[in-house]
Formats: sequence, C-alpha cells, structure tokens
Amino acid sequence: MNRRDTIKSLLLGSAAVGLTLNSCVPAAPNSEIEKSDPPLYGRTEEEKIRDQKILTSEFLNKHELSTIAVLCDIILPANDNHGSATDAGVHDFIEFIVKDLPSHQTPIRGGLMWLDNFSNKNYSKEFVSCTNEEQLEICDQIAYPNKTKAELKQGEMFFTRMRNLTLTGYYTSKIGIEDLGYKGNTPNVWDGVPDDVLKKHGLSYDEAWLAKYVDQSKRDVIASWDDEGNLLS
Amino acid sequence: MQIKESPEIFDAIIVGSGAGGGMATKILSEAGLNVAVVEAGPFFDPGNPEQQTQLKWPWESPRRGANSSRVFGDFDAAYGGWEIKGEPYTRKVGTRFDWFRSRMLGGRTNHWGRISLRFGPKDFKHKSVDGLGDDWPISYDDVKPYYDKVDKLIGVFGSKEGLPNEPDGFFLPAPKPRLHELYYIKGAKKANVPVIPSRLSILTKPINKDRGVCFYCNQCSRGCSVSADFSSGTCLIFPAQKAGGQITLFTESMVREVLTDDSGKATGVIYINKKDRKEYKLSSKIVVLAASACSSARILLNSKSKIHKDGLGNSSGVVGKYLHDSTGAWRMAFVPELMDRKIYNEDGVGGLHVYSPWWGDHSKLNFPRGYHLELWGGMGMPSYGFGFNANDMNKFIGGEIGGYGNKLREDVKKYYGAFMGIAGRGECIAREDNYCEIDPDVVDEWGIPVLRFNYTWSEHERQQSKHMHETFENIFDGMNAKILHDKPGEDKEYGLAVPGRIIHEVGTTRMGNDPKKSVCNKFQQLHDAENVFIVDGGPFVSQADKNPTWTILALSWRTCDYIIEQLKKQNI
Repeated sequence: MNRRDTIKSLLLGSAAVGLTLNSCVPAAPNSEIEKSDPPLYGRTEEEKIRDQKILTSEFLNKHELSTIAVLCDIILPANDNHGSATDAGVHDFIEFIVKDLPSHQTPIRGGLMWLDNFSNKNYSKEFVSCTNEEQLEICDQIAYPNKTKAELKQGEMFFTRMRNLTLTGYYTSKIGIEDLGYKGNTPNVWDGVPDDVLKKHGLSYDEAWLAKYVDQSKRDVIASWDDEGNLLS
Repeated sequence: MQIKESPEIFDAIIVGSGAGGGMATKILSEAGLNVAVVEAGPFFDPGNPEQQTQLKWPWESPRRGANSSRVFGDFDAAYGGWEIKGEPYTRKVGTRFDWFRSRMLGGRTNHWGRISLRFGPKDFKHKSVDGLGDDWPISYDDVKPYYDKVDKLIGVFGSKEGLPNEPDGFFLPAPKPRLHELYYIKGAKKANVPVIPSRLSILTKPINKDRGVCFYCNQCSRGCSVSADFSSGTCLIFPAQKAGGQITLFTESMVREVLTDDSGKATGVIYINKKDRKEYKLSSKIVVLAASACSSARILLNSKSKIHKDGLGNSSGVVGKYLHDSTGAWRMAFVPELMDRKIYNEDGVGGLHVYSPWWGDHSKLNFPRGYHLELWGGMGMPSYGFGFNANDMNKFIGGEIGGYGNKLREDVKKYYGAFMGIAGRGECIAREDNYCEIDPDVVDEWGIPVLRFNYTWSEHERQQSKHMHETFENIFDGMNAKILHDKPGEDKEYGLAVPGRIIHEVGTTRMGNDPKKSVCNKFQQLHDAENVFIVDGGPFVSQADKNPTWTILALSWRTCDYIIEQLKKQNI
C-alpha cells in the first residue's frame, strides 16, 4: 500500500465504522493531509482512527506555533555537527503532543500568553517580534530554576516544560539520536561489556560465572541437555 | 431462540489464549481433540508487518512512544490496560484493586517481562513453614516433571545454582551482565544480597528449527517477530496449528457464561461476537477456562443455573476469594561512576541479565514472606520523556541546572545511561477478604455483569515493602549511587504498589482437597462439574515470591494430561 492509498483507507476506515468523524476532518488541501500521514507502526484500527483524528485537528494557532518554533531553536540551536530543534521537526512534535496529551494544553497555551505579556511589558512587543538579544534577555530570567525571581516563577515553569518537550522531541528524532550516538535497535550479538570499558571502570567478569554465559560462537547450535540439565551443546 | 447456535460439538472449548489457554490448545489438539479457542481480543502475530512494533524508531510514532494510546507506550504489545473502554469494573469503598487485561490473541504473554521462575518446594507448603495462608494440595515433586517439559518446549536461559527454594531447570546459557548490572553486583555484594543470572524465556540458543534466536534488541515487550521469546501465540498456538491440530479460533469473542445441563455438567459456552454484537452458543464436551484469574471467576459467577445457584463451581462460596497480586516497590538512583560513558550497543535481551532471588531469614524479620529484586538501567533507546530535567543531577556535581543552548547537548550525553532502578516483587498472604465478586448494579457494553473488587494490603506486606526500600538503599549505597526521591513512609504504605499493578493476579478459584473450602481439585478440575477445568492463575493457593507464568504453563500441561487420561478412561 502506498502512502496515498494508506490515507484513503484511513479515511474510508474511519467513515466505515460510522463515527461522526466527518465533522472533525477539516476540508484541508491534500498536501496537508499527506504531511500528517502517520507511518506504519503497528496500529490497531482504533488507534489509526485516534491518530488521524489528532493529526487533522487543530489546537495551537499560527502565532503560538511560531513562538514555539523560536523557543525550540533558542533551547537547542544547530551546532557544527547537528541540526537545530526545528531542523529535527521538534515544533511539529510539540504541536502534536499538546493535542495528544491534554495536560500540556493549558500550561503551554497559558505559558505562551505569559511570555507575550512579559515581553509586551518590557519591550512593548510580542516575543517573536523581539530581537534575538531581547529574546535571550527574557529567557535568561526564566531558564535557571534556582535563580528565578519569585514573581517570574510561572515563566520558569513554562520554560522548563518547553525545554523538556524540546529535548524529548529532539532526542527521539533521527537527528537527535545521531547526535546522542545511540547504537542499538538493530539485530546484533551481545557478548558483554567491551574490555576497554571494563578496564576504565575497574570491573571484570567473575571467573566463576564465565561458564554460565552463552558462548556466542555456538549460538546457532540447537540446545541439548543431559538428564541433570547440564547443557551439552 | 435468537442465540446463534453452531451445530458442531467440540471436544473442548478453551476460553482465553494466554499462557494457560495456549498450553491447553497445544496439548489437547496434539492429543487429537477438536478444540475451539475463544479469545475476547483480536488476532495478533508480532511478525505481522501490520501489527509489528519491534525495531521501530521513536520518530515513527507521532507521540514518540508516549503512553496516551497504549498504557506502556506506543510500541508495547498489550492491547488493553488497567482501564478498557466499555469494559469497566468497580471497587468497594475504601479499597482498591487495579485490574489489567490484554485483549488479544496470546493475552499478556505478548508484552510480559519473560521472567520465568519455578516455584520452590517451600512455596507449595508455606503454611507448614510459618502457619500463614494454606498449603497447596500438590508439592514441587508433582509439578517438577512439567516444569522440566516447559523448559525444553519453550526455552529459558538461566544458570544452575543449587539454591534450596529456587529450583534449577533445563537452562539455556545466560547473557553476560551489562555495565550497570556489574555495578549492581558490586553494590549487592556489599549489602549481602545474592545475585545470579536471570531466568528469562528468551532463546540465547535455538531449541528447534522453527523459532529464531535472540538478536539482542531489548524489545521483548514489543513481541518478537522471529519468535525468539515466549508468547502464547508464537510458541504454542501457531505451532499447534502448523502441526495440523483441529483448532478453530474465535477472536473478538467474549465469553459470558458456561452452560450446564440438568446434571450440572457443562455443555458449552455463550459468547458475544464483538463485531456484530450478537450472542452465540458453542457446544463442547469439556470447557477449559483460561481467561485470567479474575475473568474466569467472573465467568463462573455469571454462570448461574438451577444446579449451580451461586454460580458454577461456587457451592463452596470461594470463587473470587483469596485474590492476590504480587507486592511491588521500586526506587531509582543516579550513579556518578556511570557518567560520561563510552557509547556502544548494550541493548541486550528484553529485560534484566541478573537478578536477586530472596535471601532473608524470616526468623529475624518482622514480615513472613520474601521478595526478589529486579533492576533496570543502561543506554536504552530514547522515547517520550527522555531528556526531561536533563541536567537536574548537576546539583550533585555543582553544575548549573536548567539553561538553554548547545550546553544542553553535553548535559544529555553526560547523564545518558547513568541511571538505575531496582524493584522488589514479593509474596503477599492470600486472604479470604481480598476478593472479586459480581457487582449487582453494573454491566459492561456487552451486557455482562462486571466485577467489583475488595482488596487491601496487610501489615505483612507493608513491613515487607519497608524492608525492600531499606535493601534498595543498601545496594545503591554500595555502588556510591545518589538515591532519588525520599523513602516512602507509613502514610504511603512504604511505597507498596496499588494491588493489581504488578499484574500477577492469582488465587480466585483456588485448588484444594476439601470441596467446601476450594473451587477445584489438585488437577484444576471443578469440584462441582467434572468436565470444567481452570488453567490460568486462578487455582493458585499462594503466589510465592516468583512470577506466575511458568507455573501456569506447567499446571496447564499437567491438567491437560489429566484430561486426556480421564477421556481415555471415559470418566468425563
């Protein structure tokens, strides 16, 4: 099934179960639906419908989303080797997760208002219209939990939430996992901690235990035992 | 009659397809019986690309694996949870039990931890040791041959240790510990807590030509596409089908009640087809309940007839009583020596490579039953929640907390793989006043009367949990770890998990020799109806400080052998 067919069947699927989903699906141009087409990741029919419902609904508005994008890249800008938060699509992830986990909705929406309010008071303009320097001046006052003035504590709570969502969105993206260097999620053969790591930590495998471990050179040999349960192969 | 009736008379109807139901499907079909398997959830095969979550990356989920769709996150292989839409349960005021259900072929065996421990000799006769609870009507020697057969049929890695109450089996070799597990061994040694290789039903070597060997992706909870771990579908039901067994699967079919004739014998079941919302009747010579301890109790209690006025098998009034779950508590710590790690692939198997079996001497302790320790940690694949409070641990080493910019990248890497958790899983004493019963007022969306739970912990479990936390602290101290969160006090029941949260529900249809005090006999056959058997955790008299699955499998096999023998003798 190609992507377009998948979308078609998703929409058909939702109509077929007779939910009043039509009212939830905005008359969006095709490209927008395509953009939000979820990949195949083992969903049940019910879950596909739920995903599609979330993907095609709107919560945060344009201004809120552009403020989030600016914050994302302040929190995690690009460096020489890896892209920024928005390069990794973190703003799209936040747009989705706020709809998916409603407990984020009021703190994020209210926090964004708090930010504009604070920015208006101090610079007579909204946060996104501030210069980069002004934006960082604001962030400096709410980004360090142990140093925040008592009257700005709500701003700190918002910034902490934004930092958490930005980092989680980034390090669960392809770019972020490359940056982190995570090496797994692939078929391999585990044969213990590398020697240099053991040495560095001053640890070693107990001699008495070595016989208990799998001999990976015989990992394809079918197991057999004697009557006492001693492995023979 | 509006109920749709099938003309076919099956030799056996098996209700539920988890560990107990899967084993019954295999053994009974191999003996030539024509069986119907009735499962309340959909068909599931972890190797089906439409259902597979193994080897998916976090970004393939728009919520990055968060748990808003599935209770253990997007990639976990449990369709269900503690709450299921349209299928409620209730609780008696002032008590709490959280009831987990997996609605799918294979049930909870699809996502479980694969910890496969035999009960020991003491576990079957614990009343004789400390006077609490009850002895089982069977002993370790009765079950041992079946544990041996289960080991060889399904495969479990471990090591021969010769411990008195942790019987050895036919083990595949164990994987080497990971780095954080070596630290755990160090800490445990200082705390005088034993550590041995864990015992998980994961294939580190092949046991036949049909199933694959573990390729160390750490994702058993997602279900294995090459069947290198145990799940009921991949290791029991599908092979039984392949072997040509007469097996008819009814999925999305929820059994409401067992039907009986005027003599009190079962004649079949009524189920609701979830797709067309109609009632259907299936007929059989034998009914085998394997719906889970509480679901099977519910079916029995809802099966009222002239002969079985209080529900099938309930002349003793014991159905639903003696419900018990394992106790659970946990704690986490930051391990400074694991900061700034060299990064390599340490996924390993899906779960712990080492664990601590119970070591305590109860004559010196103020609680009667033990617990084992499980642990986790390492450089795992990130998912939703990774990077939250990324540099909070700077408080221990004098760095700045919070902030923004590329410095955060360094913080994230500095602490990657530097956290560990330890959990205790213990035995509670089965009590008559911990029970599930039918709620007289409430039905689910299928019109089936629902369960109402009444469950509390006693001082035995609270003191055990207190001891668990002392142990966690001793082990963490022994590895120079910084323990996170405060020790939970009396107001929090010393950190005891809510009953049901460990997902080891057993005991609701206990076995015994006295029909007035038990629901089934030592072959898990109802005292009140000789052609009805229960092969889930319901017949357990006590849960031990182990996990129930290996014992469910062994007892189910034993019961099936008994069924076949009784059929041959024409006793049922």
